[in-house]
Amino acid sequence: MTHSGQQHPISLYLKIWGLLFVLSTCSYLVDYFHFAGYLRWSLIITFMLLKAGLIVAIFMHMAWERLAMVYAILVPPLCLLVLVGLMVSEADYIFLSRVLFFGQGITAPSP
Amino acid sequence: MAAHSAPPTDHPTLAPDASAAGWQGITRDWSSDKDAFKQVPWGKAMMWIFLLSDTFIFTCFLTGYMAVRISSTEPWPNTSEVFALTIAGNHIPLILIAIMTFVLISSSGTMAMAVNYAYRRNRGMTAALMLATALCGVAFVSMQAFEWSKLIAEGVRPWGNPMGAPQFGASFFMITGFHGLHVSIGVLYLCTIAWKVLRGDYERSGNYQNVEIAGLYWHFVDLVWVFIFAFFYLW
Repeated sequence: MTHSGQQHPISLYLKIWGLLFVLSTCSYLVDYFHFAGYLRWSLIITFMLLKAGLIVAIFMHMAWERLAMVYAILVPPLCLLVLVGLMVSEADYIFLSRVLFFGQGITAPSP
Repeated sequence: MAAHSAPPTDHPTLAPDASAAGWQGITRDWSSDKDAFKQVPWGKAMMWIFLLSDTFIFTCFLTGYMAVRISSTEPWPNTSEVFALTIAGNHIPLILIAIMTFVLISSSGTMAMAVNYAYRRNRGMTAALMLATALCGVAFVSMQAFEWSKLIAEGVRPWGNPMGAPQFGASFFMITGFHGLHVSIGVLYLCTIAWKVLRGDYERSGNYQNVEIAGLYWHFVDLVWVFIFAFFYLW
């Protein structure tokens, strides 16, 4: 260990790099093989979260930071899940209003 | 915290007051006066806080995209086909985006190694790897410029497009444009730090934290792309 900062073997980064390549290939193949429905969504989300986790934990060294900072950075974004939840219900409501009250057909041709 | 006067000791095992682990340690850090982020250099803490704010901005964009996509009564354009390319007679869906993803991940890999070499005080390797990272960034932005030109030529505009829901163009240009801006700024940032590494600025102070801080920014750009790739291109 040096006195000034993160020091890990290069092989660790190469392994994570390879893993990220594999995961990206997998998520590309989800589209290539035209997976649909819940299978597609769950695969996309799983690969996305795995990639994001590897980047944050290893490349950005979050795994070795002090917990006081880890929590200060990783907990606030959870508020965004509330925003997403609110916007999903709002968007569903707008969609239904458009169909029910403004007579917009779901498969209306684009102007 | 004085990053310039003394080399910071941010390795937990060397820290005198890092004995308390888990929640006890967190409470102790946060309830102590003056600074909560002990053994974390200010530059790094501030970069993390900036990235946190940037997370909120990008999530707002992606949430807005989600909201207009759910509420649209017109069919959303099939991104798999919109971003397909015909290479050597083969029609390959989404291939350009896949290449862009691999380029950006590779740049993240070289950046992580640059940080490693910086702490080993290997200036040549650090600068070379950072410049390789910047080159990957330039390649990424160039491919994005190609993609934008292609879509604009096909008639995609922020207010409409021939393939379906008009909100597609607005979401596309807003999200990828803001991300491309981040990549472009990152390239300039990396070049600046690489130049300072080569010039020996950090050799004099013995403090190579700035390379890691630049790395944090660059990995974040890659991180955002992971989410854009999943939600905008694959969904």
